Amino acid sequence: MSSSGYFRTSYARDAALVDTRTQKAWLSVFCVALAAFPFLAGPFALDLANQVLLTSIGAVALMLLTGYAGQISLGHAGLLAAGAFTAGILFKEIGASIWITLPASAAVGALIGFVFGLPSLRLRGLYLAVSTLALHFLVIHAGQEYETRRGFSTGVVLDSPLADARAWFFVLLFASAATILFSLNLLRGRTGRAWRAIHGREAVAAALGINVKAAKLSAFVVSCTLTSIAGCLFAYYRGFVSAEAFSLFVTIQYVAAVIVGGIGSILGALLGTVFVVLFPYGIEALMAVLGFADRLSSVIFAVNYAAFGLAMILFLVFEPQGLVGIWRRVQAWFLLWPFKQKPVGK
Amino acid sequence: MQLAANIAVLAAIYALIACGYVLIYRVSRVLSLAHGELMMLGAYGLAVTASLFGGHPLVAIAASAALALAVGFLVYGLLMWRMTGESVLAAVLATIALGILLRGAMILAFGTQTQYPLQGLGWTNASIAIGSARISAAGLTLVLGTAAVYGALFVFLHASRWGIRMRAAGQNPLLAAQRGVRLHGIYALAWGLATFTGGMAGMLIACDAGIESTLVTIGLKAFPAALVGGLDSLLGALAGAWIVAAAEVLLIHYVDPLLSDVVPFFVLLAMLVVRPWGLFGTREELDRV
Repeated sequence: MSSSGYFRTSYARDAALVDTRTQKAWLSVFCVALAAFPFLAGPFALDLANQVLLTSIGAVALMLLTGYAGQISLGHAGLLAAGAFTAGILFKEIGASIWITLPASAAVGALIGFVFGLPSLRLRGLYLAVSTLALHFLVIHAGQEYETRRGFSTGVVLDSPLADARAWFFVLLFASAATILFSLNLLRGRTGRAWRAIHGREAVAAALGINVKAAKLSAFVVSCTLTSIAGCLFAYYRGFVSAEAFSLFVTIQYVAAVIVGGIGSILGALLGTVFVVLFPYGIEALMAVLGFADRLSSVIFAVNYAAFGLAMILFLVFEPQGLVGIWRRVQAWFLLWPFKQKPVGK
Repeated sequence: MQLAANIAVLAAIYALIACGYVLIYRVSRVLSLAHGELMMLGAYGLAVTASLFGGHPLVAIAASAALALAVGFLVYGLLMWRMTGESVLAAVLATIALGILLRGAMILAFGTQTQYPLQGLGWTNASIAIGSARISAAGLTLVLGTAAVYGALFVFLHASRWGIRMRAAGQNPLLAAQRGVRLHGIYALAWGLATFTGGMAGMLIACDAGIESTLVTIGLKAFPAALVGGLDSLLGALAGAWIVAAAEVLLIHYVDPLLSDVVPFFVLLAMLVVRPWGLFGTREELDRV
């Protein structure tokens, strides 16, 4: 924060993930709080936290693709399904353990990303959205085929290696933290700069010597791999895989997380995830308070749809920077107080 | 013969929906992902007007058509207007948000049960024999209606003042604006027309098979038709609709009925590999800095 008179004087300093002593202190407080959380929270809060952690992996993956590289993916639910079904099928067919299914899911995700990313390279613009839409329907169809062929018409049941929600919390926390660190590391290097450049303008990026096709494809493959891993973890966490769980609405939830959180920020992806996971529970609570709960209980999903759409539109129109934008404004207000404007030239 | 009739009806459905995608994309370079929902809204509009003007089916149809057009203008006036000048990414995300909002609102307003607006109009869906094939009256109306819409759009885009302005705005918005074309008016018109044709498709499908939640999926399945033909070509949308419909009907008939939802996307992927700009689409120009 340059408003405090602190300036970065070297590139190493500029690229550092944790910069000042205050940041380090806050980060360690945050880590301790996270570690203490499962011992203090009840089972419901713990399940919510696990959902947030699980969703955050996919949301960060989509943020890399949409928020940084500027490509739209409508196949996020399909990719989660790909990871989940890879785990489910390997478990059912050869009784593989998670140490086999997890890398296998990652490999399947990378392969799908490569195959479906290739055709979209030939044109600029929104063609990735188009091919990922095809991806969604093809993967879901393949999953349904497997379910009906093998007689698991209601879904594939998996044995979870972890029974305890507390143990899951630490596993998911590790997975989420690893994803975030991996992403931040990519973003501060050459790859991340290339992604941001093609987001800005492809022709300029190419003129600067960036291999536009390689950058686009790498963004998509990385995003797909991470999402597929999240799908595998989802399968184990739920202990159950079914094609119905991966509708287009799941994709829209992730897109909502990216928009509401704030495009082009990892912190935004995390804030958006919290919003998206807690939002349906908030709506349900609100319905109960207003007394609509009984009348609308059969269509509560429709209330969710409408509210999601409305929230996304409001953020797109009035707060395109998302929750991160609000966060930064609040931060700046406190940092600058009692002044209101940043000094000129900052 | 029956297969040919089935293909013709499905192709007409896809073509009628696809022309909405093409109109919006061609004029404003935005991919409307709310088209399936807008189409469904048109169908529900017919159901509502049919019960309002019971006994006057023609009035009901005219009112629902006017309603669809008005909804299109409203969508632009209230939402998409704010997205001009923003990145295309933001505009497309806005259409996704609009789609999910509409879907939720429609379920809340009209429930989840299948509705049959044709009954409300007081007509029956007779089966008509053509040679050895049978086709429903609504299906035949669909084929004829689609032909009429395409004919009218062709004349509109090439012979009318507003149509020519529309093509100009699609070709080069900056130049068009400098020549005095009101871009907001043109874009609103494109959204209005697209919603109108989509709504018509929704109404006719609803007359044939009732209004169900699968209507949105049909809207999405028409998208490959638009892309196969070329996203900025109406003629292409027509050709693409025939290709996708033929592939779908034939594969369902000879291979597996469960393939229905995936065939259009297979065709789409094949097209993206071979000729991503579509059969009749224009290849994108060089991007200059």
